[in-house]
Amino acid sequence: MGIDRRGFLKVSGLTVLGIASGKASETFASSDSHGHTSDGTTKRYAMVIDLQLCKEQEGCTDCVNACHHVHNVPEFDNRKDEVKWIWKDSFHHAFHEQEHHYLDKDIVNHPVLLLCNHCDNPPCVQVCPTKATFKRESDGIVMMDWHRCIGCRYCVVACPYGSRSFNWRDPRPHIEEVVDDFPTRTRGVVEKCTFCEERIFEGRPPACVEACKHGAMAFGDLEDPESRVRELLRDRFSIRRKPALGTEPEVYYLV
Amino acid sequence: MYDAGKVIIGIIVFLVIASFPIWYAVAGGKSADIPELEKAAKGDNCVMETEEMRAAHMDLLNDWRKLVVRDGLRYYTAFDGEKVEMSMTKTCLGCHPNKDAFCDRCHNYMAVNPYCWDCHVNPKEFE
Repeated sequence: MGIDRRGFLKVSGLTVLGIASGKASETFASSDSHGHTSDGTTKRYAMVIDLQLCKEQEGCTDCVNACHHVHNVPEFDNRKDEVKWIWKDSFHHAFHEQEHHYLDKDIVNHPVLLLCNHCDNPPCVQVCPTKATFKRESDGIVMMDWHRCIGCRYCVVACPYGSRSFNWRDPRPHIEEVVDDFPTRTRGVVEKCTFCEERIFEGRPPACVEACKHGAMAFGDLEDPESRVRELLRDRFSIRRKPALGTEPEVYYLV
Repeated sequence: MYDAGKVIIGIIVFLVIASFPIWYAVAGGKSADIPELEKAAKGDNCVMETEEMRAAHMDLLNDWRKLVVRDGLRYYTAFDGEKVEMSMTKTCLGCHPNKDAFCDRCHNYMAVNPYCWDCHVNPKEFE
């Protein structure tokens, strides 16, 4: 008995459906609720910043100074050339999507500490034509390979958090005290926070976390349920910057 | 051919002058002025054999930068089994602290201008 057109369409439709559902179940099975795969050996580093504690220290810039010192970040006398890895900005600029009239004025009127969010889905990595910026599979840190950066600034445009700086001028003469251990950058190269990966390797916390005397910053592995960051995120209410963009930032703010 | 004698003499004079550096070195018994590099301040061995290092240190440094930055690996096992950190400023300059008398002397002779030092810090420069 031959197959008629109706029968052929039924069979082919079911086959396509079967293949598609198989693929879909594979995709869902391999990722956890966080949207990234985990086989138990990989880490996912994240930072938690306590805005309540931070606001109590009016004018404190210990974290910013420590970070900029150990990474040879230059200090320019004008905002046009500014290079920054960690900085402070108003609550309005940092969280304008989450703002409303009745928020605690104490929080809203104080600056917020900002840095690279080391997104799970980083737009900067997608746009980089030379793969100078990339996400490390082993710990999720969004890294920069300054050797490969051609200064095209696609990443600067793609980053929705303004976390990247471009060296318009030679930074070396503008570094107050050069640290030997860490390279400086050159003119025409983009740079940003690397979660102090060189310190994490030695088992030390990032420079900003170490410098914060008030314990307003915590750093750790999200994959470890016992880590300090997981504990803080369990106990307190937290927000992230621009969550609607789907970049999955890994810097959390306790409010 | 007109003035064959003068032309031939001219060619001979030209060849003698043009090849002067070669036969002068042969006659003098030594080749060109090869730069003397400063010996390592500490340690007996480099991470590779000296001859190999002379020929391929640039490839080694290139590999190191890839392993450290992109793969997150930091240690290298030298040919004698010693583990060293893959860092130009810590490991290389640790034994050869004088960049001028080691790196630059040879690079200037070879007229190569590596851009390592545009970013990496020579501690002596900032003392």
